[in-house]
Amino acid sequence: MKDVVHILAIDDEQVILDSIVKLCSLENWQVDTAIDTESGLEKLSNKTYQLIISDIMMPGMDGFGLLEYLREKEISVPVIITTGFSTVENAVKALYTGAVDFLPKPFTLEELLSSVSRALQYSTIRDRQKAAMLKNDTETLLYIPCPAKYRRLGYGGWAFLEADGSVKIGLTDLFLRTIQSTIKHIDLLSADNEIVQGNSCFQIETDDELTHSLLAPLSGRILKVNEQILADITLIEKDPYFNGWFYTIVPANLEFELKYLIPCSSENL
Amino acid sequence: MINKISFKIIFSATVAIIIIIGAFAFFNVRFLERTLVSEIKRHASQQSETIKSSVRSAMLANNRSDISAIIKTIGKQQCIQEVRILNKEGEINYASDSSKIGEMLDKKAEACYNCHATGVPLEKLDMKDRTRIFRLHPDSARTFGVINPIYNEPSCWNSSCHVHPREQKVLGVLDLTVCLKTMDDELQNAKISMVVFALFAIGLLGFVLWIVVHLWVDKPVKKLVQATREVASGNLNYTIGHLNNDELGALARSFDNMTRKTAEARQQLFQSDKMASLGRLAAGVAHEINNPLTGILTYSSFLLKRAKSQPELKNDLEVIVHETKRSREIVKGLLDFARQSVPKKNKANIRNIIERAASVVEHQLNISKVTLEKELAPDLPQVLIDANQMQQVFTNLIVNASHAMCAGGGSIRISTKLISLKPYGTAQIKQALCPKGHNLMDPDVKIRGMASIKLRAKSGGSEGFIHLDPIYGKNRHKYGILIDDKAEIELSCPKCQTSLIDSRKRCPQCGAPVYFIEIPGKGRIEGCVTKGGEWQHWKIKEEEGAKEYIEIKTADTGCGIPPENLNKIFEPFFTTKGQKGTGLGLSVIWGIIDNHGGSIHVESEINVGTVFTIHLPVDDSDTE
Repeated sequence: MKDVVHILAIDDEQVILDSIVKLCSLENWQVDTAIDTESGLEKLSNKTYQLIISDIMMPGMDGFGLLEYLREKEISVPVIITTGFSTVENAVKALYTGAVDFLPKPFTLEELLSSVSRALQYSTIRDRQKAAMLKNDTETLLYIPCPAKYRRLGYGGWAFLEADGSVKIGLTDLFLRTIQSTIKHIDLLSADNEIVQGNSCFQIETDDELTHSLLAPLSGRILKVNEQILADITLIEKDPYFNGWFYTIVPANLEFELKYLIPCSSENL
Repeated sequence: MINKISFKIIFSATVAIIIIIGAFAFFNVRFLERTLVSEIKRHASQQSETIKSSVRSAMLANNRSDISAIIKTIGKQQCIQEVRILNKEGEINYASDSSKIGEMLDKKAEACYNCHATGVPLEKLDMKDRTRIFRLHPDSARTFGVINPIYNEPSCWNSSCHVHPREQKVLGVLDLTVCLKTMDDELQNAKISMVVFALFAIGLLGFVLWIVVHLWVDKPVKKLVQATREVASGNLNYTIGHLNNDELGALARSFDNMTRKTAEARQQLFQSDKMASLGRLAAGVAHEINNPLTGILTYSSFLLKRAKSQPELKNDLEVIVHETKRSREIVKGLLDFARQSVPKKNKANIRNIIERAASVVEHQLNISKVTLEKELAPDLPQVLIDANQMQQVFTNLIVNASHAMCAGGGSIRISTKLISLKPYGTAQIKQALCPKGHNLMDPDVKIRGMASIKLRAKSGGSEGFIHLDPIYGKNRHKYGILIDDKAEIELSCPKCQTSLIDSRKRCPQCGAPVYFIEIPGKGRIEGCVTKGGEWQHWKIKEEEGAKEYIEIKTADTGCGIPPENLNKIFEPFFTTKGQKGTGLGLSVIWGIIDNHGGSIHVESEINVGTVFTIHLPVDDSDTE
């Protein structure tokens, strides 16, 4: 682990930047702030950051522009996208274009800290996996990737299309591994509820008092909830892709929403 | 006053009457005068002839005293003003007024002028030239004069007295003047009665016109003006009602029709606006409020974490965090509003879908003590549907039915069967073109929730639009203009005005002209152009024959839907559940069924229950 974590926060509202600085100070994370993307990129060129937290709507280059820029320049720093205009489209687009997480404003201390901690852990795992692959070390597998027929939103939630038209939804192993503390409790929605792609569909509370939300990979009405995982939480960790599913849903807008899901066969993370 | 229509009409009628009666009076008086004058002329010349012959024998005998006596006696008659006999030189030889005897007349005097105007005196004169009308003084009554020449005759020159030589042609002139006062008085009377008659006619006509205009123009116009004021002030429910059967009555009906249409359009606009503006509002609110909310939420949750050891402070901060999170949910709720979905169709078994929908709501039905009976036909063919959307339809219908139970539960019966329906009265027209290829479908005007076919219509001088019922054979058209029943309507494309009348064909029912619209890929539909004409023919569809549909009926034993709400239940935002419902459930169902080429209708009886009937085409290939 690195000694000090450096985070770059970009937002056109000073109060947001101040609050991010304040909240991160609790965990001893060093936060540099930038009032727009251009000055943020300038700071990025002078210093190495472990994470960027960026708003979407800003004068000049916006959050999506930043993601695009980073991908072009092959800068592999993870980005958490946050916005006050937290529409489904923005969330899904952000995750599809390479953000590690989407944090809708307004967020709480816990939400920010859990998102940041997961994002940091995610980049650590990813870097180590890459390093292992470079060394042709196929033995080291830091996480179990989701099965090839599955699709995922970002790296968090997976969806599997059943033959009868319903869809199973669950959590990737990688997401579980970014949660560093033990799971204390999970919050599931009950059947007949609607879930919306890119919006939180379940929460995991951990021992370190953080709450981790999973963004639903697809929209639809919940048909069935996996009662087994309520009885035995560890099932999620033991078998995240089969017995550890969360919901069976009736997708509401499958054709349209599938476009934003990344096939698990893809090499990219 | 001057600008009032009644004044204008009465004024112009008065002017016309004055001209007509004036002309009539002028010609009438002139005719009367001519008749009277010619009568006097005839009478006077006759009298003059009588005088001449009565003095003839006295003249031949040169018995001057007799002549004088005769002339004087005649001259005494009333109306005869003067009788005189002049000799060739103009000397008055005999006169009724004896003081005039011996006077010499100038040849230029009015009595002589006609013959002596030229150098050589005329010997013969026409009757009309022998008469004259003159006034002795400018203020005296008119006088009529006639001269009668006394010609030389053999008995004159053979007479013993030999007064007149043989060569002489005219011996003298008998001049008779008659007073015209009686005739003039009569003419004056005629003129006066004409004026009186004219005044009376003007008065009577004005009065009648005033009543007519007041009853048939003023009153209805006042009502129309009142109606426009009401509508201008925003009262679109105002109607004029029945006025007359004349043009103003037609205007009133047309006005009522217009306000009704406007009110409907406003309502539709309002409803679609509601959604759009809510979306814009949500976006605006979300963006503007979420940033400050972030400040509150992060700082308060930060403080909460630090205040763990101070229970009092902790509790207060928890309230702030909790309430801010609540605000966040409200804003999110606004943004989540209005999502749409595109159907994804697959071959599926409707029975399975209903079973699945039933299993989802089973628990809920048990709680509310509602039993669900299923009468599902076992071997229905598979249909091309979006299973998830269709399941949503059945879930919603069952949940709605369970909510409709009056008290203490009830039962819902869901049944399916295979039926066969003829295209006439069931097939929906989803695309329609004019001969030049313009799209005729109008999604803004819906008939029973389906986009209608918009055509330009012309009938009896009025012009506007007609929206045809998109269900083949149903004929629930919306007329944008007033058309009399059975009247023929000229139909054309609203975009290019190309006529849609097929001149080669006639309606087989009533013989009226036939319109046609092109259905891309499916031939054309023909129909009778008369209002109320039922005949429609879609050759290709008729040749295809009856089609199979799956009929799904959901019947409940609930409270029923009041008749006034039956037409509205599929409209978005219509709800009877108050704050609990969004009013979108049934409209979403309607949309899904429509997307599947099916139809849904409802029948309901208060306190008995409601039946929703869905028809889904088994072969869906031609509905796209």
